[in-house]
Amino acid sequence: MNIAVLAKQVPDLVEGLEIDASGKALDPDSLRYILSETDDHALEEALLIKERVGGRVEVFSLEVGEVREALYAALAKGADRAVLAQTEGEVRLDNHTLARIFADLLGRGSYDLVLTGVRAIDDLDGSLGGLLAGYLGLPYVGLVRKVEIASDSATAIVEKEYPGSYAAELEVRLPAVLGIQAAEQPPRYVPVSRLRQVMKTAKVEVQDASLPEVLPVAVERLSQPEEGAGAAMLSGNPEEIARQIVDLLSERRLVG
Amino acid sequence: MSQDVLVVAEHFRGRLNDVTFELLGKGREIAQALGGKLAVALLGHEVRSMASELGAAHLVYVADRAELREFIPDRYGAVVQIALKEAAPRLVLLGSTSMGLDLLSLLSARGGLPCLDNCTRLDARDGRVMVTSQIYGGKIFAEVVLPDQTTLVAVVPGTFAREAGQIAGAPEVRELALPTLLPEARTTFRKLIEPPPGDVDITKAPILVAVGRGIQNGENVPQAQELAELLGGAVCGSRPAIDQGWLPKTRQVGKSGMTVRPKLYLALGISGAPEHVEGMKQSEMIVAVNTDPKAPVFGVAHYGVVADALDLIPLLTEEVRRRALEKAG
Amino acid sequence: MVPTAAKLGPVPGWTILWLVFLVAVGLFAWRVAFLVRLLMLGRAEDRFDQIRERFKRLLVYVFGQRRLLDELLVGIPHVLIFYGFLVFLLATSGMLLQGLFPGLRLPTIEQNRYLAPVVDIFAVLVLAGLAVSSFRRFVIRPAGLQLTADATLVNLLIAALMVTYLLAEAFRVVALPAEGAAWVPVGGWLAGSLVSSALLRAGALTFYQLFWWMHVLIVLFFLAYLPNSKHLHLLAAPFSVFFSRLEPPGRLEPARADGGLGAERLEEFTWRQLLSAFACAECGRCERACPSNQCGEPCSPRELVHNLKEQLLRYGPALLSKARATADGGEPALIGGLISPAELWTCTTCLSCAEHCPVMNEHLSIMVDLRRRLVERGEVDTRLEEALRNLARYGNSFGQSERKRAVWAQSLDFKPKDARKEPVEWLWYLGEYACYHPALQGFTRSLARILHAAEVDFGILYEGERNSGNDARRVGEEGLFELLREKNVATLQKARFNNLFTTDPHVYNTLRNEYPELNHGRHPVYHYTELLADLLARGRLRVAQELPYRVTYHDPCYLGRYNGVYDAPRAVLKALGVQLKEMPRSRQNSFCCGGGGGRVWMEEIGEVHARPSESRVREAASLDGVQVLVVACPKDYVMFADALKTTGLESRLAVKDLTELVAEAVGLVPQAAASAPAQPRAA
Repeated sequence: MNIAVLAKQVPDLVEGLEIDASGKALDPDSLRYILSETDDHALEEALLIKERVGGRVEVFSLEVGEVREALYAALAKGADRAVLAQTEGEVRLDNHTLARIFADLLGRGSYDLVLTGVRAIDDLDGSLGGLLAGYLGLPYVGLVRKVEIASDSATAIVEKEYPGSYAAELEVRLPAVLGIQAAEQPPRYVPVSRLRQVMKTAKVEVQDASLPEVLPVAVERLSQPEEGAGAAMLSGNPEEIARQIVDLLSERRLVG
Repeated sequence: MSQDVLVVAEHFRGRLNDVTFELLGKGREIAQALGGKLAVALLGHEVRSMASELGAAHLVYVADRAELREFIPDRYGAVVQIALKEAAPRLVLLGSTSMGLDLLSLLSARGGLPCLDNCTRLDARDGRVMVTSQIYGGKIFAEVVLPDQTTLVAVVPGTFAREAGQIAGAPEVRELALPTLLPEARTTFRKLIEPPPGDVDITKAPILVAVGRGIQNGENVPQAQELAELLGGAVCGSRPAIDQGWLPKTRQVGKSGMTVRPKLYLALGISGAPEHVEGMKQSEMIVAVNTDPKAPVFGVAHYGVVADALDLIPLLTEEVRRRALEKAG
Repeated sequence: MVPTAAKLGPVPGWTILWLVFLVAVGLFAWRVAFLVRLLMLGRAEDRFDQIRERFKRLLVYVFGQRRLLDELLVGIPHVLIFYGFLVFLLATSGMLLQGLFPGLRLPTIEQNRYLAPVVDIFAVLVLAGLAVSSFRRFVIRPAGLQLTADATLVNLLIAALMVTYLLAEAFRVVALPAEGAAWVPVGGWLAGSLVSSALLRAGALTFYQLFWWMHVLIVLFFLAYLPNSKHLHLLAAPFSVFFSRLEPPGRLEPARADGGLGAERLEEFTWRQLLSAFACAECGRCERACPSNQCGEPCSPRELVHNLKEQLLRYGPALLSKARATADGGEPALIGGLISPAELWTCTTCLSCAEHCPVMNEHLSIMVDLRRRLVERGEVDTRLEEALRNLARYGNSFGQSERKRAVWAQSLDFKPKDARKEPVEWLWYLGEYACYHPALQGFTRSLARILHAAEVDFGILYEGERNSGNDARRVGEEGLFELLREKNVATLQKARFNNLFTTDPHVYNTLRNEYPELNHGRHPVYHYTELLADLLARGRLRVAQELPYRVTYHDPCYLGRYNGVYDAPRAVLKALGVQLKEMPRSRQNSFCCGGGGGRVWMEEIGEVHARPSESRVREAASLDGVQVLVVACPKDYVMFADALKTTGLESRLAVKDLTELVAEAVGLVPQAAASAPAQPRAA
């Protein structure tokens, strides 16, 4: 079972975001990158599948931010291979571009299953997994929370989430692409000592990929919501605030 | 390409989802501004009767087949593509939902059509369509002018008013010309997994006390429970609270959980990520408590407090009790 | 006459004695050799350095019985029994020699007119001691002290030895008055009462021999039994004390040279760690001192050592055999077997156990080594995992940006010097709580103002500072500790300062003990209370108005027990004019707030009936008239502020950091109303 995991680096919200002078993009100097949370789950699900049915897990990413550390962490967790795509010129990070780049890279090997996070915080133009599946002509299911490989190793049985805590159990014939919402267990922890050991011995492969001719949807303007815009902010010490809130409720007869 | 707007209808367990009506309402407005018509693509099995609810539209493309009974991304995608060829719309609207997002991505890639997700604002003027999408956990708004070609847009549920799409009308119903044998789908539906039976249906509670990461650990849930009971309501939570095991899944509010519209939604220690806000923004009154003044939840709340929810909960409980005694005494 | 000279049936007494003696000694030696071989399964460790210091410890802790005397009810009886044992060791050896070589007519203690009364009196003292300790063990039944067949047997044997000795002596006085010392007080008194019975008088010689034989046989039985019982501590304790750890307890052992981390299999522990198992007298003092245990959590230092012993005795023998079937010798996993992860995670590393252990066992190092193994396997709970990931990525466990480290200083009316850019006399290493925790930022500002007013030349590292790694190390994430330390050392080496101080005892501990690069320089590390005490003593800080409060002070584990700083905070309080009333558990006996060892990052485990912090605030509140609980550690503040809420004691007691009081006393903040305790909220 050859599994490919597509991992994306996204801006770390902890560090805050700043819009650059042009107003159309984020200021790259203000950004620090972190592995997209759902991609971390996709990796975890891939590793769980590998533990159950055997096979290989290969992680693909793009040279952005602290991606190497994320790839080493993936290797330390049990991935077999880590590949960084390198392109000439400025890389746009929209999902259509990424999907084309990854489609190119994946085509150089053969994979039964491609897992990636179903949505990242910087997604503007659709889900990476869905786009990739479209380009590769592979079946796709998004918002997956569980993947089980059937005994014939030719199909996967997945659970797709719906609102109201409903889910659909679907059978997908491999090879296929799945958009992971959550792994069956939280992403495992890698002790720092093991990570550092892996960093000394393992290698991250760098592969050239051509920059696709994809015209992304052009952003006119980025803006940030005003602080507290919308809400009427209450102030005072906690006791006063509690009183104000209960006053509000009382006015609307929500409180006796 | 026409100046029409095509809405892809979404239904679940025999009922049209609210987002469909939200899209119809807005779609009609956009279509009028563009000088085109509003069409709907309705896929499913034995769904023709739903067409009568789609009065806001001028035209309903129906694809009624046994194979379309359940939502299968690739199969639905293939059929919608046929509808797109026939309708050649200017704008395709989908809900940014479990079904909609799959379709958005597949259609964009297969059809070579540009697409946009997380739409929270949509306008048309002088032949141009402007979309605002929210990204980065709701912290950034991106304004985009759509290119002059068929474009797919997925809209965040609850953004537009559902009532605008629930107008009476008699749309033309047209059968989509489908091949006798639909292309083989490599995905099949096995069964529907129901949510575990829960104690409380939070969609029916008049008051909801919602807890998020800000309450720090599960031991603080009983306090919130106490407050909720005093107010005659129930406790619910955002996804992190459920993932941590503080509350069962039936109490989850948000994209993957329930959508609620209580009279009061008290958001305690909830940051207001779009996935959560989607499920509660239609509440009549939202009071949000968070230690971060920049928390996105304050953008959707009616009243906000920058404070530690853990400090406030016992004070609120006490104050509510005091009022009740006062009234009785 | 020597009892063994006589014949017992067809065989001379001394022959029988020789037989029993050889068997007993043989069994003893065989068992001890076996136990030593088990110990040698452990890793090598050099504990043969500083011999003089080690002998000193032997003197103080074994012969001085120092740790036992902190609880007089236990201490005094034990001293009696201990010294009684030594005395009887001599006396009985004499008897044995005499008995084995009756022909040589060797002199014995019984015959010495100065020494015989001593032994005689000791016999009674030992019995008295036994009576008290047995009463304690069997009637009072303190927690952690178990009622085992072994303990009961040992008590009975000791009692029997004393009684048989006294009776033998008494009958000797009656039968052979010339053979021994003329005057033995107890024996003589007993003899006096025996003489009244004609029957006893007639058979006195026989009874003398009888009790002599009983005494000697019981001793030989005890000798053979000893290495199989918990009384093994008799033999092992002097060694465990002699080979105890001389390094400061606040300095943990690093990863092994081969990169190996932690221990779980018997062969991964050091021989000294394994020796803990044999030296343990199962007295339970560690358990009674343990805050987690006392509040119902699964943690038990005694069980930890006991289970290590069980593992060693059950599975060690298979490892000794040369023909081992598998690499692990069939040893089942210790964690998840005899020891549960919950027991390991509920430890706060407060060091109370080791502090109270009379045989100087190393519970902490065993526990941390096991935790290291769990971390290595990634078996950590989600909340802890999050804290560790935040530490690695952001340098603080709160998950906040490094850039926000100095946000607390923005509302000051002066800008603290940047020690990365200009030289300063004092480097203030803040610690993450002081910088990021909303309740504590106020204290940080207060202290900054105080120092500024006293014209102390201090600076901070701004965004260069990261978590010192103390708690990451104690959680078992040694790799993370090394990573943090590396980054911090790089920053420190570029900064220019003479001395270093911090408000956080955890930071204090690790910078002082575990950052060799820092210590080998000329940069002493102080706690801010030491700095304040010095400033007040020298008049650089003046108390404008003495504070009228009645307070009590909580000694932080990492400041007090770990590093011996007890007086400086008290000196500060004295200078402020407050009335200090000590809690029953103060100084070395201070009761941990429950937040150390990474516990602030974890969920509670088990049925907790009263958190350590709640127990502690109740203790403070029980002191008459005390209004304020003074703390000098940020985690203490957070834990106690929370405990005051959950116990409903907020109106009875306020918790304040020492900084708050100093700020009030020197006039930097208006004094709060003396009657009502101030709300536990930071300024």
